[in-house]
Amino acid sequence: MKNLDIDWLAGNTEIIVHPLQPYSDLVVYFLDELSGILRKQAIQEKLPDVQSLAFWCRKSHILKLKEKANNHNSLGRGLVFHITPSNVPVNFAFSFFFGLLSGNANIVRVPSKDFHQVNLICHAVKMLFEKPEYMTLKESNALIRYGHNQEITDSLSKKADMRVIWGGDGTIAQIRKSPLKAKAGEIVFADRFSLGILDSDAVLRTSEAECTQLARYFYNDTYLMDQNACSTPHLLLWLGKEKEAAQEKFWKAVFLEAQKYNLEPIKVVDKYTDLCIAAMKNSSGIKKITQWENLLYTIDMDMLPEDICTLRGRFGMFYQYALKNLQELAPFIQERVQTLLYYGLDAQELMNFVLNNHLQGIDRIVPFGNSLDMDVFWDGYDIVGQLSRNICFK
Amino acid sequence: MEIRKELEGKKPYELPRQEKRNYYSQIMQALTQKHYNHCKQYQNMLKIINFNLEEAHEPEEYPFLPVRLFKELELRSVPKTEIVKTMTSSGTTGQQVSKIYLDKQTSMNQSAALIRISADMLGSKRFPMLIIDTKSVIKDRKMFSARGAGILGFSMLGRDTTYALNEKMQLDFETVEAFLEKHQGKSILLFGFTYMIWEHFYKVLKSSSRKLDLSKGILLHGGGFKKLAAEAVDNETYKQCLKEVCGIERVCNYYGMVEQTGSIFMECECGRLHASNYSDIIIRNPKDFSVCAQGETGLIQLLSVLPDSYPGHSILSEDLGQIIGEDDCPCGRKGKTFRILGRIQKAEVRGCSDTYEKS
Repeated sequence: MKNLDIDWLAGNTEIIVHPLQPYSDLVVYFLDELSGILRKQAIQEKLPDVQSLAFWCRKSHILKLKEKANNHNSLGRGLVFHITPSNVPVNFAFSFFFGLLSGNANIVRVPSKDFHQVNLICHAVKMLFEKPEYMTLKESNALIRYGHNQEITDSLSKKADMRVIWGGDGTIAQIRKSPLKAKAGEIVFADRFSLGILDSDAVLRTSEAECTQLARYFYNDTYLMDQNACSTPHLLLWLGKEKEAAQEKFWKAVFLEAQKYNLEPIKVVDKYTDLCIAAMKNSSGIKKITQWENLLYTIDMDMLPEDICTLRGRFGMFYQYALKNLQELAPFIQERVQTLLYYGLDAQELMNFVLNNHLQGIDRIVPFGNSLDMDVFWDGYDIVGQLSRNICFK
Repeated sequence: MEIRKELEGKKPYELPRQEKRNYYSQIMQALTQKHYNHCKQYQNMLKIINFNLEEAHEPEEYPFLPVRLFKELELRSVPKTEIVKTMTSSGTTGQQVSKIYLDKQTSMNQSAALIRISADMLGSKRFPMLIIDTKSVIKDRKMFSARGAGILGFSMLGRDTTYALNEKMQLDFETVEAFLEKHQGKSILLFGFTYMIWEHFYKVLKSSSRKLDLSKGILLHGGGFKKLAAEAVDNETYKQCLKEVCGIERVCNYYGMVEQTGSIFMECECGRLHASNYSDIIIRNPKDFSVCAQGETGLIQLLSVLPDSYPGHSILSEDLGQIIGEDDCPCGRKGKTFRILGRIQKAEVRGCSDTYEKS
C-alpha cells in the first residue's frame, strides 16, 4: 500500500497472506507475551480497560477457548479487514485478536481519535513484532489509522477475504459502499438494544453487601460506558411479587454506587433533554418519572411500546416495567435485542424462553456485571469459526 | 401599550426583589397554565411530573425546558394559522435548528421589550445606526437566519441604518466614512455579532493605516465569546481592543437567545449583565438542579414573561454563569446581575457506535 493518507502504527505495509490454524501456538505465545506487557502498563497507569484486555489474552484463557473451539481441520480465511469503533479505545484490539486467533492476516483500522490506550497497545504490538520469532506475524498484519476516506476503504475492501465492521448501522451503510470480492464474507455489528431482568424477591433477599455488589455490577454494565455500549441495558424488567419494594432497594443502591460517576454538566443537559422528550412524546405508557438528583433517572412504564428499542437512555436513565410473567415479554423481543442480563433467575430457564418462543432476538444471556465482557461469541456469531475455513475431509 | 398590565408605568429595571418575586410567581403560573392548556406535549410532561397548576409557586419552582427541546420538537401554544413568524437558531451545518413559533402578540411584545430595555441602557433617542455586517445577510432569503433576524430586530433601534461590510464581508471604508461624516458630532449606534465584529472590523482596523473615529459611538454586540476564547479574548480585552482602534467608549454586550427574543440581558455601564422586568435568571447546580447561591457557578435558567405562543417562558440554557448581585449594581438599576462563563463543554462519550462521527 502506498497511500500516504494512511498512518501505519504497527506491522507491514505489504501484507503477506499465510493462513494459520486457529489458536496456533505462535499466536497463543504472541498474545501471552503481549498480555504481560499490557498488564504491567495497565497497572502502572491505572487503565482498567487495558487491564481487562490483558487478562483476556493471557495464555490460560486462550487455551480454554481453544479447548472449547475444537477446530483442527481449519485455516484462516486469508486477509481480514477490520473497521473498529471510534469511541471505545480497546475494542479494536479484541477484533485484532479474533483475527489472529482464527489464523488470518489482518489489517485493522484503529479509532481515529487519539486515545492513549490505542497508542499504548499499538506500540506494544509494534515492539513485539520486532522479535525474530514473530516475524511471520509482522509480515501478515497491520494496525493502521486513517480518516474518512472512501478510496482507502475501497482498496482495502477489494483485497479482503473477510471484512469485520463494528460501529453500528451508520458505519455499516457507509462501509458497504466499498465492494468486496465475490467470495469474501462479512461480519457486521449493527446497532443493538439490551435489557435486564430481575427477580424482585431475590433482590429483596439480598444482604446489604450483596445488594451493593449487584449495584456495582450494574454500574459497570451501564455508567462505565456512559450507557452507550450495545450491550448496556436501557430497560429493566421485574418479575416476582414485591416489585416496588425491590425496585426501591435496587435503585437506592445504584444511586449510592453511581456517586463516583463523572456527571459533567453537558451529560446532565443531554439526559434532562432526553427525559423531557420522553415525557412530552409519550401521553400513555409512562406512569412515573423518578429523579435521583441528576445522577439517575428512572421511568416507570405501565405498558411496553411495540418497539421496545425506543426506550433508550444515556448517562444513567433507565426504563422499567413490571412483568406479570416471563411469557409476557416474548412478543417484544425483536432481532435488535442483543444481551439479556439477569439476576435471581435461572439462565437455563431464560435460554428455554428464547428457544421455545422461537425468538429472533437475544444473542446473549449473562448475569449482571458481564455486560461488557468480550467473547469470541458475539452478536450471535462464532467469530473465530466464521473467520476460518473449515476443510471437509472423509 | 404595556407588555403585561402588571408592568404598567414601570421602568424596565424598576422592580425590587420582593415585588419582582411576587410578580414572577403569578406570571409564571399564568404562563404555565396557558401552555398546559394549549400545548399538548407540554401538558404531557407536566402531567407525568405531577405539577400542581392550581396554586402559585415560588419562581424557582416552575418547570423549565432544556433549550435543545426546541430543536427536537415543534412546540406551539396557538393554532398554526395564528403563527406570523417562525424564528430559527443559527446552528452549525448538519445540526438541527430551533424553531420558535410567534403569533402577532408575542412578536409585538418582543419588539416592545427590546425597545424599552435598550432605551434604558443605551438612550431613548433613535440614533443613526451602523450595522457591522453585510446587507446580503438580510437581502438573500437563503442566508436569512438567526443572524438576519437579529439584525432586522435590532435595526429598529436606530435610524439611517447603514451596513459597514460589503457582500464579501470586507470593511467598506468609503461607506463608513461617509456615514460618519454625515452624522458628525452626533452619537451613533453600532450593532453586530461579537465574533463578526472582531474578525471583520476590529482586525481590519488594527492592521489598516486608515482610522475611524468612533468616540461618539455606542456598540451593542451579542452572540457570545465562544469563538474568541481560542484567542483568549474576554469581554474586558474586547472593550479595550476596540477602544484602541477606534476610540469607542461604550461597548455593550448582551446575552440572549432566539428562544427568548426581546427580553434580552444587556450590560450596564458598570460591566454587569442585567435582568430586566421582562426576564429573570436562576443559576442551577448541575448535580441536582438546586438553586445556586450568589457567586456559585451553575447552569443558567432563563425566565421570560413574553412567550405566549410557545412554552418558552422558562428555559434551561447550555451556558454556565454566576449571579453577581441583586438590586445592588452601582449603576442603580434593580434586578439580578450576572456573568457568563461560557458554554458547557462537549463530553467525550464512550460507547461502541459512531465510527463515522464527524471528527
